[in-house]
Amino acid sequence: MDRDLIMTALFAALIAALGLIPSVTLISGVPISAQSLGVMLAGVVLGARRGAMAAALVVLMVALGLPLLAGGRGGIGVFAGPTVGFLLGWIPAAFVAGWVMERARRLPVLAAGTFAAVLGGVVVLYVPGILGMALVLRKSLPEAAGFALPFIPGDLLKAVVAGALASALNKARAGALLSRA
Amino acid sequence: MLSLTSEIRTPFHAVPAGAKLAALAVLSVATFSISAPALMLLPLTGTALLYLCGGLRFARAGLRALRPLWPFLALLAIWHGLSRDLGNGALLGGRLLSTVALANLVTMTTRLEDMIAMMSRILAPLAWLGVRPGRIAFAIGLVLRLTPVLLDRGRQLSMSWRARARRRRPGWQIVLPLCLSALDDADHIAEAVRARGGIPD
Repeated sequence: MDRDLIMTALFAALIAALGLIPSVTLISGVPISAQSLGVMLAGVVLGARRGAMAAALVVLMVALGLPLLAGGRGGIGVFAGPTVGFLLGWIPAAFVAGWVMERARRLPVLAAGTFAAVLGGVVVLYVPGILGMALVLRKSLPEAAGFALPFIPGDLLKAVVAGALASALNKARAGALLSRA
Repeated sequence: MLSLTSEIRTPFHAVPAGAKLAALAVLSVATFSISAPALMLLPLTGTALLYLCGGLRFARAGLRALRPLWPFLALLAIWHGLSRDLGNGALLGGRLLSTVALANLVTMTTRLEDMIAMMSRILAPLAWLGVRPGRIAFAIGLVLRLTPVLLDRGRQLSMSWRARARRRRPGWQIVLPLCLSALDDADHIAEAVRARGGIPD
């Protein structure tokens, strides 16, 4: 039980650190925040329940006023802004990524991890994300989806990276993937 | 780990966290119910005046915290400018600006300890659901301690990458060693916590 909580806190710290490390470039020249990569990893590595708890811990600490989001953002103001859906969406995103990872045991880790990260970190994440933008900016859902569209290729790339990292972690430390333990 | 609480003392620092959060909720709902663009000036100037109560330096810090909103304000301006509907654009932009600024004001004038105490009080009735505020507070402390550690390690990893590789910027390559080190940390922390009698409820 204690170890679960410690792993949850560690991945919450990892999500925060990945957002705060400057200039991690995924596509040459375009710096993208690696923060959502951390959310995908939390789900894929920790599994549904612990992954969602790690994401929820970050969301809670942002609400309490800690600058844990990319670029040092945070505070209650984030919850009144247009990106609120993406922040709250981290919780179901990590949960679904972990849930898929727990179910897809037959697949190799690389494939299962990538698939889980795409389903959780892109498909599930963008539903509340687009909903939040549509509500705050008072736009129709297709219009809000149009605003979010440019970010999808980067997130798909991050999902592949998450799968590759999960596979490498699995090889480096036996039993590191709690989602498959 | 720094919090977003401002070190510049304002009259609002003395107001209890609960009162500030309640006021924020009421004022946000009121702002959302405004439907005339001209009336939106009311919450905007009101919020600006509240910030100015803390002095010019505090107000400037408040303005800085609003920087992530500019792309969205620009988007609204272009969108509603093209559809010749600038009134509605101003209404939405003003609402976004004033509600976020007001919420930021609460964060900037409330100490982290007070927010955590507030959270524990709100979560206490959820004990029957298995929510244990003591464990949540422990996890928060751990994240506060570990984030700078991981951040520092990430910086070191990117510096050594720069020293080795011809490409100047590291990419996702540093994430794997960062994850591995975090997993090893978990083992050490779990041992240390067990040696101290486990996590309190």
